[in-house]
Amino acid sequence: MKGNEAIGEGAVRAGCRYFFGYPITPQSELTHYLAKRLPEVGRLYMQAESEVASINMVYGASGAGARVMTSSSGPGISLMQEGLSYLAGAQLPCVVVNMMRGGPGLGNIAPSQADYFQATKGGGHGDYHLIVLAPNSVQELVDIMKKAFDLADRYRNPVMVMADGIMAQMMEPVELDDQYQIEIQPKPWAATGKVDHEGKNLINSCYVIPEEMESLNFILRDKYSEINKNEQVCEEYQLDGADIVLVAFGTASRICRAVVEKARAQGIPVGMIRPISLWPFPADFIGTAANRVKCFLSVEMNMGQMVEDVRLSVCGKAPVYHYGRFGGMVPTVRDVLEEVKKIYSGGAGQ
Amino acid sequence: MRKVFSRPVSLKDVPFHYCPGCNHGIAHRLIAEVIDELNIQDNTIGVAPVGCSVFTMDYFDIDMFQASHGRAPAVATGIKRVLPDRVVFTYQGDGDLAAIGTGEFVHAAARGENITLIFINNAVYGMTGGQMAPTTLIGQKTKTSPQGRKHEVNGYPIKVCEMLPPLEGTAYVARVAVHKPKSIIQAKKAIKKAFEVQIKGLGFSLVEVLSACPTNWGLSPIEAVTWLEENMIPYYPLGEFKTPTAGVI
Ligand SMILES: Cc1ncc(C[n+]2csc(CCOP(=O)(O)OP(=O)(O)O)c2C)c(N)n1
Ligand code: SF4
Repeated sequence: MKGNEAIGEGAVRAGCRYFFGYPITPQSELTHYLAKRLPEVGRLYMQAESEVASINMVYGASGAGARVMTSSSGPGISLMQEGLSYLAGAQLPCVVVNMMRGGPGLGNIAPSQADYFQATKGGGHGDYHLIVLAPNSVQELVDIMKKAFDLADRYRNPVMVMADGIMAQMMEPVELDDQYQIEIQPKPWAATGKVDHEGKNLINSCYVIPEEMESLNFILRDKYSEINKNEQVCEEYQLDGADIVLVAFGTASRICRAVVEKARAQGIPVGMIRPISLWPFPADFIGTAANRVKCFLSVEMNMGQMVEDVRLSVCGKAPVYHYGRFGGMVPTVRDVLEEVKKIYSGGAGQ
Repeated sequence: MRKVFSRPVSLKDVPFHYCPGCNHGIAHRLIAEVIDELNIQDNTIGVAPVGCSVFTMDYFDIDMFQASHGRAPAVATGIKRVLPDRVVFTYQGDGDLAAIGTGEFVHAAARGENITLIFINNAVYGMTGGQMAPTTLIGQKTKTSPQGRKHEVNGYPIKVCEMLPPLEGTAYVARVAVHKPKSIIQAKKAIKKAFEVQIKGLGFSLVEVLSACPTNWGLSPIEAVTWLEENMIPYYPLGEFKTPTAGVI
């Protein structure tokens, strides 16, 4: 199965009933898949007039109680930022897929991880967080869609799934779970008409009185610390005896896996930590690893974004370096290995 | 004693924050009366805009959404697609609908989205303090057209009702005013018709309500209704622009 189809099938199996979106490469094949697949199972695929409209349709559908998603890339995700802020403020669940591409500006459609800051640090206005997940295989793309919808519902918060054009096009065998059970919890807060519930339900993020706005912020802050406590996820690879630890997610982590193997074969003790949740960032695991590691190298397809979170997690216990290719360029195994050797001979090896 | 006048059940018993002479309150009341008369309070969902009328979210005693500036028709689309048997309406000002939200209302109309838009045209941005709106008349002075709107600089006011009929998805389009008792009665008929069109599943409906904003027009409430009658109605003629059935209001 191709990555794009895997996300689509994952969403269908996760009980996503509505998709609203607007065409953009490199996520178009996902929309082609869903445009065919959703009506087959009696659900709705709808093309909106813009990403601004799509995210607001998502807001309406989510507030009406439905499992709903949209997907886009770079420029389209930027247009959704106001809507995402409203979704977070009104505490509405939804899933947004971002197939990142080279930027800034119109940039290109080549694979990139340049939207890390935008996704993990807010992106839109106001004080809020998205839950951000970064799979790195086609199987994980399928599985993470269920997780994304479940987390969104559990915490009443938008969830973003980050991937790129390489993962979208990648073909890998996938196991689909036929026994798949969807447990959608009731949503007593949904505004579905008073006929469904006692009193009046209101989907809203407007609090004119600062004290009331602050009360919502307190609720959000408590929720985010709960998420931060419960939902940090990462994968470790060959950490035993590793002096140098690569930190990489998504496509970059696949390259780094090969780097770890090559380096180990040459006697350099390298390991990898792969954040799967980008927000909450797996700070606890990295912070603990920092007690026994000589240095970290954050390998990213951007000018250096996640490296800031690695530094915060390491908290001065070890040096943290960055290696990146950007603008749609993908780091090669050889280049990263060179960088590892440079660091190793420059001190981490002694 | 027989009670002959009371608050519609679909309006909450809370004070409105609107300025004296503002027409938002009349429009609210008419919508609430229609909801009561059609007996749809429990299955109607409203979408409040960004603007003075953001507080419709608190005033109507029905389930409500607050939408971002201009996007109420997209939000209403999402709701209606999930809950096709509910009555879904938006309430939007002229800045909200005819400037920043131009894409959303045109495409909701083009899709024949089975929702109702109540469009309050007061020829000015109310909430942000009286700036020029897309519906501000030529020559009209606002905070951002202090010499009066000039078409050389700002183009011409948008006539929303005249734009919509060619779109096949539109079922009902009407322009009304609420500046005197006779027009209020006609306005209510149009709003009721729009809701009935939606209930019958006939497609997109929009009612434009010419509305006074005495505060930002710099006029007394009485001067404001006179100004509306003498200046707005000639440029924005009242009437039905598209109906699914024959007949005038
Ligand atoms: C994206 C965005 N841009 C601008 C604003 C500021 N803003 C708030 S209300 C408003 C104008 C509303 O005017 P109108 O739609 O005519 O409604 P009225 O207040 O006159 O009823 C604007 C521009 C905003 N809230 N969001
Ligand atoms: S500013 Fe104008 S539109 Fe707003 S409440 Fe006052 S009179 Fe009404």
